[in-house]
Amino acid sequence: MSAHAQEHAVDDHGHHHKETFVTKYIFSTDHKMISKQYLITGLFMGIIGIAMSILMRMQLAWPEEPFVVFELLLGKWAEGGVMDPSVYLALVTIHGTIMVFFVLTAGLSGTFSNLLIPLQIGARDMASGFLNMVSYWLFFLSSLIMIMSLFVEAGPASAGWTIYPPLSALPQAIPGSGAGMTLWLVSMAIFIASSLLGSLNYVVTVINLRTKGMRMTRLPLTIWAFFVTAIIGIVSFPVLLSAALMLIMDRSFGTSFFLSDIFIAGEVLHNQGGSPVLFEHLFWFLGHPEVYIVILPAMGMVSEILATNSRKPVFGYRAMVASILAIAFLSTIVWGHHMFISGMNPFLGSVFTFTTLLIAIPSAVKSFNWITTLWRGNLQMNPAMLFSIGFVSTFITGGLTGIILGDSALDINVHDTYFVVAHFHLVMGISALYGLFAGVYHWFPKMFEGRMLNKNLGFVHFWITVIGAYGVFFPMHFIGMAGLPRRYYTNTAFPYFDDLADVNVVITIFAIITAAAQIVFLYNFIHSMYYGKKGPKNPWKATTLEWTAEVKHIHGNWDGPLPEVHRWPYDYSKPNSDDTDYMIAGQDFIPQDVPMMENEEELHH
Amino acid sequence: MTAFLIVLVIILFGITVLQMAKIFGMSKTPEQLGESSEIASDKDNNINGWLMLMFVFVTYAILIVSFWKWGEVLLPKAASEHGQGIDDLWLISMVLIFFVGFITLWLLSYFAFKYRGNKNNRALYFADNDKLEFIWTVIPVIVLAGLIIYGLFTWTDIMNVSEDEDPMIVELYAYQFDWRARYSGEDNTLGEANVRLIEGANQLGVDTSDPNAQDDIVVNELHLPLGRKILFKMRSQDVLHSAYMPHFRAQMNCVPGMITQFAFTPSVTTEQMRLDEEVMGKVSRINSIRRKNSIELMAKGEEALEPYEFDYLLLCNKICGTNHYNMQMKIIVETQEQYDAWIAQQATIATSLNK
Repeated sequence: MSAHAQEHAVDDHGHHHKETFVTKYIFSTDHKMISKQYLITGLFMGIIGIAMSILMRMQLAWPEEPFVVFELLLGKWAEGGVMDPSVYLALVTIHGTIMVFFVLTAGLSGTFSNLLIPLQIGARDMASGFLNMVSYWLFFLSSLIMIMSLFVEAGPASAGWTIYPPLSALPQAIPGSGAGMTLWLVSMAIFIASSLLGSLNYVVTVINLRTKGMRMTRLPLTIWAFFVTAIIGIVSFPVLLSAALMLIMDRSFGTSFFLSDIFIAGEVLHNQGGSPVLFEHLFWFLGHPEVYIVILPAMGMVSEILATNSRKPVFGYRAMVASILAIAFLSTIVWGHHMFISGMNPFLGSVFTFTTLLIAIPSAVKSFNWITTLWRGNLQMNPAMLFSIGFVSTFITGGLTGIILGDSALDINVHDTYFVVAHFHLVMGISALYGLFAGVYHWFPKMFEGRMLNKNLGFVHFWITVIGAYGVFFPMHFIGMAGLPRRYYTNTAFPYFDDLADVNVVITIFAIITAAAQIVFLYNFIHSMYYGKKGPKNPWKATTLEWTAEVKHIHGNWDGPLPEVHRWPYDYSKPNSDDTDYMIAGQDFIPQDVPMMENEEELHH
Repeated sequence: MTAFLIVLVIILFGITVLQMAKIFGMSKTPEQLGESSEIASDKDNNINGWLMLMFVFVTYAILIVSFWKWGEVLLPKAASEHGQGIDDLWLISMVLIFFVGFITLWLLSYFAFKYRGNKNNRALYFADNDKLEFIWTVIPVIVLAGLIIYGLFTWTDIMNVSEDEDPMIVELYAYQFDWRARYSGEDNTLGEANVRLIEGANQLGVDTSDPNAQDDIVVNELHLPLGRKILFKMRSQDVLHSAYMPHFRAQMNCVPGMITQFAFTPSVTTEQMRLDEEVMGKVSRINSIRRKNSIELMAKGEEALEPYEFDYLLLCNKICGTNHYNMQMKIIVETQEQYDAWIAQQATIATSLNK
């Protein structure tokens, strides 16, 4: 019903009203434009975040050596080119914050939820285009504030991206906990508002605006992933907001939610009765679902891209949906595995070990199903496909070490070491980035009116990145197992770690090479935006609805009536009844809007 | 020299990119240079399929090289009684991880290679198989059930400290950016303490009127008797810290406003550990690195590095401020007699504060 109502609205005034530069490019309510805004803002933040990681890696490989780059970029925090310990911690903090929230949450889920939800479910736009616009501009504002915080006199927030109090609450403890931390909290509060508006919009759109025939069981896995991600966001982000608000009160209004019995800078603070462990609970109640907010959209896109490029249905559609739901549910009850040694009751540690290791089951099912999707396919090695295969690879290598970290007894000795850093970078950082890249290569033609990214630059980008990423993170497990704590400005204070210096050099060289490969991508992206070759309307011969929409961007997506859906989204290489050819002769895919044919059996998936 | 190498790497990298783009460019046949040339051709499928096969071997190679080159930097054998249990569980988990990882990565890359696209091929319409999916749901369930149970037993053993074992009680006190240890003395009971009582020499805020506090001993170097269960009570003065003792497979956060605890029994003395083969190898490698660095330092007119001798360490492992990277305390494990002799020389609170 709602689909029809929308149709009329479009017929009446849809794309007749005049568009100015401001309404088209800046305050646009069109989901396609908003998705591009998200992507470009996300990529910009990504450049900052990755550049920061390179600065950190240089300091770790060649501790306290002067570099001109340091002096150039860090100014007074690198006098004579030698990095200051406090700015190292600031880099750690802002790198984490930017990459997790601004790049992998907003840049990934924001971009592709906006682009694909209306296009793949057959809707003219989001349920509320206005809220969608507000959501983007709040995100933009929070990005702006986060960048501004880098230029504060005493330095940006430096308590780690987890901002555990009391360190984050007391400017006496670390200079970054002054104005820098205030801006961090303000920025994140706005970010959460943006994320919530976006998520609510996604959920409402998926529930209400599906086109005729698009049952939930016919949704592409991308939409399932975005839908469930949005729900996790709605459940968990408000908890972070409350934690941030309480922290703001502790910092500015003298409350004691998280502070108690503190003697610092020569005096006793008045705070009594608060608990830093409470903050950890609140933070990780968001923080853990957050990693699934990051990885689920990537999983959805990878499922879709693997199926399309394998020319095969995704294996076990029902199991894939069930595992998304299972992961989403479990993700909200495992936060305690970040706190095994926080001082909470050891019995809770047992409970969280149990729930955490359970997550391995749906994850294993997903991995096996992806691998089986490739089996006896006819794989089209487009860059998006390569990144999707890369995703499965890093998801496996990174995920498997989770079996160790999720086990409370084993976590004791590697907690907060580089082993953890290697684990989560592979399983959520690199994997999600691969998902982002796969999505960009695959849906670029949808974003930029048929223009395509250069595939050869894509191949170069992929192969250097995959080898480089393993070159960075495999050795990193070893320095973690050697007992090296993370977030150390230098390891030279411990002669015991002297023999790890050359490992750190190797890691840094791989990191620089890998980061340089991203320049190839940036060039490809910007160049193809304007000069990319135009491909056919449905370049990857995909079944989903977005490829039936107009190539040229119009408000409302489809020039005529909305398409009607007759089948599930994975009818690739479906044979005809006597198995001599495909169902449609000579065409190995059947788009979702093609009615069921005579003698065709609908799969009970 | 380093700068030169970096420049060299960057230049070589640039050349690689250009060359690779060229190679991929040459692989295009003229008829594919039309409108749809950004879609992978059979030739692209072929090249990338082969690269996928190589990829799995490169992945294995990076792992093997890492093990071969850096297997020796890992922590030596556990120096605590419970540590052995952790190491065993670790080994089992690692074997499992490598087994699963090797197989799945192989299948992934091999399938990507074997089924690389070709105009003449047809994919199999294979959407579901309940039996297969059941099998690979049940196998992880069984394996993980085993791991969970094993892990939980190990964890409970470590974390549940019973009074029957009569552990020696020692307080670990963390502050920006150092550690103190407070021994509970002959009564094995720590005196009350609170940061509000910190004053002058009473750095830990011990209640000096508390009878239990009189025989407490505050030191800045941790001595532990061999074979005696030690129950650490941890406090923090300012922000979160984490007491990390990697050789003992022990770690617990120090939280302002509450007392946390962790217990272990040291099973190898510092002297014995220094004679351990692995440790001796590590120390000699470290010393040769330090000698090399010293030569460079002296050439610059700076002081040479001191030779390194192995000691157990207590490190801070929770970001705690600017000097987080250098918050450490030496731990010495010795025989009961040596320990008794050492503790007898330390001043109690009664003598040092309540004069």
